[in-house]
Amino acid sequence: MRELTYCEAINEAIDQEMARDESIIIFGIGVPDHKKIFGSTVNLLEKYGPSRCFDTPLAEEAMTGFALGAALQGLKPIHVHIRVDFLLLAMNQLVNMISSYNYTTGSHFKTPILIRAIIGRGWGQGSQHSKSLHSYFAHIPGLKVILPTTASDAKGMITSAIRDDSPVVCLEHRWLYWATDKVLEETYETPIGIAKVLREGSDITIVGTSWMNIEALRAAEILFKHRGVKAEVIDVRSLYPLDADSIARSVAKTGFCIIADNDWTSYGAGGEIAALTYEKCFDSLKKPIRRVGFAHAPCPTVRCLENEFYPNAETIIRECESILDLEPISLSDELFYSHERRFKGPF
Amino acid sequence: MSMANTVGVELYQRLYLARKCEDTIIKLYPEDEMRSPMHMSYGQESIPAGVCQALKSEDPIYTTYRSHAAYLAKTMECRKFFAELYGKTTGTARGKSGSMHLALPTKGHYGATAIVASNLPLAVGTAYAIKYRKQPLVACAFFGDGAMDEGSFWESINIAALQQVPVMFICEDNGYAVHTSKHARQGFKDVMSILKGFEIDVYQLDNDDPLRIYQIASEASLKCRKTFRPAFLKISCYRYLEHVGINQDFGENYRDKSKFDDWQSRDSVAIQRERILEDGLSVKEVESLERKIEVEIEEAVAAAKEAPEPSNNELLKGVLT
Repeated sequence: MRELTYCEAINEAIDQEMARDESIIIFGIGVPDHKKIFGSTVNLLEKYGPSRCFDTPLAEEAMTGFALGAALQGLKPIHVHIRVDFLLLAMNQLVNMISSYNYTTGSHFKTPILIRAIIGRGWGQGSQHSKSLHSYFAHIPGLKVILPTTASDAKGMITSAIRDDSPVVCLEHRWLYWATDKVLEETYETPIGIAKVLREGSDITIVGTSWMNIEALRAAEILFKHRGVKAEVIDVRSLYPLDADSIARSVAKTGFCIIADNDWTSYGAGGEIAALTYEKCFDSLKKPIRRVGFAHAPCPTVRCLENEFYPNAETIIRECESILDLEPISLSDELFYSHERRFKGPF
Repeated sequence: MSMANTVGVELYQRLYLARKCEDTIIKLYPEDEMRSPMHMSYGQESIPAGVCQALKSEDPIYTTYRSHAAYLAKTMECRKFFAELYGKTTGTARGKSGSMHLALPTKGHYGATAIVASNLPLAVGTAYAIKYRKQPLVACAFFGDGAMDEGSFWESINIAALQQVPVMFICEDNGYAVHTSKHARQGFKDVMSILKGFEIDVYQLDNDDPLRIYQIASEASLKCRKTFRPAFLKISCYRYLEHVGINQDFGENYRDKSKFDDWQSRDSVAIQRERILEDGLSVKEVESLERKIEVEIEEAVAAAKEAPEPSNNELLKGVLT
């Protein structure tokens, strides 16, 4: 099977859906420009024309209401934000309008809206270009929230999201755009609301969201190589609906759980996942659940502080060692992911 | 009846239905069975009546928390309306919306929102879909002058003007946002001159004569349908009652009762009644159509009171589409 990058997989999902269904439109600041949202919207303007692929004024709130109004008249809008942080300007429309519109107006409507937003990181993105905030969106009844990690999931889940009659927020980590995976050429749906085991194991469960799955997989490799610890890595994939059963099944097997969330830990998704896991399999747990996430600070720009802000594979390894009562191993020979090898900025 | 007569009578029916429904709410609200914050249209009925008279039944409209008159004028039904106010399964949203989120899409009423200016972009998006799907429709947003203070207002006007989509913005200018006059809120004197700088058509009326509103809305909607150029109508009106609730509040000193007396002396419902009498309807004919509406309302209220409340398992239905 051929390999695609995450970015190419997103583009292919949207392209195939737009070819299939002419009620789909895509818009957002920069969507049709020469940069094409890091390449994820290439060829859409050329293939489907300016009535289906267009730029917008810098009016995030009204364009989100616009998406709802278009959906109520039979279109399937995709609204793209090049950073999650910009989506905050649209919270009124998202939280007061889109999420509840069908419910409060008597379930007469469908609201098939996909909102794509990109999580930035590194090279000085700073506090206003690096937020994730998936727990904000998942907190609101009426919204589905997905965070695909692999290219094949990106294609399948975005296809599902476009076909879904409910509004879906899709958060895409900028660093995942280079990740490659085997991706089917034909169109397919990956169901929203089912977690995925990325690596099987029997000794400890690591639950990841978005980029933290990549760190978790690296941590699992190193733990196995040095200590023979078999860590099971579960990608949440969808924060709402959340597949707490699959997580609990794994934890019931391993007895240990670390949640590695690509967001601030306080009041975050990790807390919710931990609570549900306790409810479902408290008796199987040999130690309390640990959470790994961003430090409780705005994201700084300088690299040395950024290193302190973000958790990585090493953070996860140290948590695993601690929870399993193992002495910390030397990691000096290990290679960890460093974005400098790919990402030279500026955005 | 001549064409002019038909329009005049239908206008009066829309006005009378709205006025009488709210008279009924005022009468029955103290029973404490309609438990929903009521932002009454009382005194402002002529704008939705005139505009809805000019629209087609399928033209989508978006309204606000102060939208009883718009709902009634657009749908010309009050059974689902009262059932919703009473929180019953036979209501527009089976008791989930109350007074502030009325909607009846089959009659072109696409919903009401309680967050000021949040409905404008929806009308623009709907207008975009109308144009894209080549439908012979025009979308319409009703809002008060308070909406002009919001960013969403200016964003929506800009998007509509940029995209040239068939949308009509209807500003019901009653001069107040809750209790705050526009002089305490707005750093501009002449909003119309600002709006004229956008690629939209603007219309203004400094009274609430329902026939004039109908005429302006007809002209505006005809042009908007044909050219896709958005239209903005600013029409003056006066809120007879308090911001929310069924009482007058002229003792509170934020507005002068003499203004109310002035507006009430040319009350739009009374004016339109006079007009259809002048047009040749007999008193008996007018009373007969009034009676017909009153009976509809009585039956609607009785049916609403009788209807069941939703069962508890309704709570989680419809959270996702």
